[in-house]
Amino acid sequence: MTAGLGSENGASASRRTRTVPRGIGTALPAATALASLLGLCLLWSLAAEIWPNRAFPPPLEVWRVLLKEAASGDLGYHLAMTLWRVAAAYVIAMVIGSVIGVLLGTHRAADSFFNPWLVLFLNLPALVVIVLAYIWFGLTEAAAIGAVAINKIPNVVVTMREGARALDPRFAEMATVYRLGRLDRIRHVLMPQLQPYFAAASRSGIALIWKIVLVVELLGRSSGVGFQIYLYFQIFDVAAILAYTLAFVAIMLLIELLLVQPLERHATRWRRRPA
Amino acid sequence: MQPAGVAGPLKVDITEKTFRSAEGVTIVALRGLSFEVRQGEFACLLGPSGCGKTTTLRILLGLDRQFSGSYQLPEGGSNRIAAVFQEPVLLPWRTVEQNVRLALSPHLRDKDLDWLFDILGLSAMRSLYPSELSLGLARRAALARAFATEPAILFLDEPFTSLDERTADRLRRLLMMVWAARPTTALMVTHNLREALLLADRIIVLSPRPAHVVGIFDVGLARHLRDTPALNNLVLEFHSRFPDAV
Repeated sequence: MTAGLGSENGASASRRTRTVPRGIGTALPAATALASLLGLCLLWSLAAEIWPNRAFPPPLEVWRVLLKEAASGDLGYHLAMTLWRVAAAYVIAMVIGSVIGVLLGTHRAADSFFNPWLVLFLNLPALVVIVLAYIWFGLTEAAAIGAVAINKIPNVVVTMREGARALDPRFAEMATVYRLGRLDRIRHVLMPQLQPYFAAASRSGIALIWKIVLVVELLGRSSGVGFQIYLYFQIFDVAAILAYTLAFVAIMLLIELLLVQPLERHATRWRRRPA
Repeated sequence: MQPAGVAGPLKVDITEKTFRSAEGVTIVALRGLSFEVRQGEFACLLGPSGCGKTTTLRILLGLDRQFSGSYQLPEGGSNRIAAVFQEPVLLPWRTVEQNVRLALSPHLRDKDLDWLFDILGLSAMRSLYPSELSLGLARRAALARAFATEPAILFLDEPFTSLDERTADRLRRLLMMVWAARPTTALMVTHNLREALLLADRIIVLSPRPAHVVGIFDVGLARHLRDTPALNNLVLEFHSRFPDAV
């Protein structure tokens, strides 16, 4: 009993000592990142000074346009439209891609049959899928989001199939012996094992999806960041193009920092922190 | 609580079990293996390494169905089986307590397990994750999971390997304590003769591959009398009856 208590204290104490350097450790890279971004801005404004041109506005000019668009409400509306399309395409792609990926990873025959399809879809240019979707299903919201999801699904399938192949059979055997129900198996045995692969697919997914969403908006929607960029491209307003782009990049960064990373930390709380 | 005397014996009658190696060579792992474990008895399957003990256990656990023959698991009571594997096989992303409770059927998930965690010395570690446990403690958690289900039969596959002798010995005594608190029909696989003599009511001695039963060794001595000199005598007695085994 005393030995047990001792080792528990030992465990929590060592965890505490590990968290102290982590606090400093996260502040330092943040400062570095900030300094690096400031340096980039400085370089940009210097270059704009040396080469004054309407096609190459200085950062302050971009900032002014950003504030103006935000005040008129346009920026918020178009950002929201793009964000909703990104979210919808992301959810659809992750759900369908994960289910297909896990099925292929656990059924060898199905995998060898469908693998050529997968290679085909992986190499299908995003633009072709988008154009075909608009032709076949009209210039609708569903066609736009569907086209983006179809572009992403093959990548999710490949990653999740890798995850399903790496499943530890011992856990499945334990679940069989102890007669875990279907839902318990999925929730406690399957999902935690697939979580790192899901996180990897998510990460690369969001980055890919929002870039494709912009193309979809440019080709066949009348709202969203992509539509606005197309509009300002026609009048060669580079400051506005940069303002919209940077605003959306900033939002994606916030999502990564405030949503993705905390969720990931929660999902991997059981792992030993690296010393 | 499991009503006593309901569960029947474990009857095993495996005609043949073969493996096909990667080169296509057929290996016979078991041939004509038949034995019985009486209700409430602690039996050991003792045999040389690689003789097919783990294969037998995998068949009985329902993890391997490619064999000819039949077996009958004890029925009645909770009607469940439990296993302690060679490795603890705890879910690393669940705490010790969650790991134990997950093995229970959903309507029993909230039942009182304090006695079990107490006996096994795990009370202070219920909320730890497996990565925070030593191998010995993880093995205890695996034992807790097996006993929590109050199984009709318990299978143990060399549960004390890769532990230092002191820890292994402590665990053997703990196993006996939980088992004495809730006697369960149990079948343990081991190649360690002293371990078998310390724990078992009966030892089922297996031949080298293809495994079949060579004979049964009844350990007549009460468990609390099995100290070192008594065990030494039992080892001598065992070797005089089974000069070729182990």
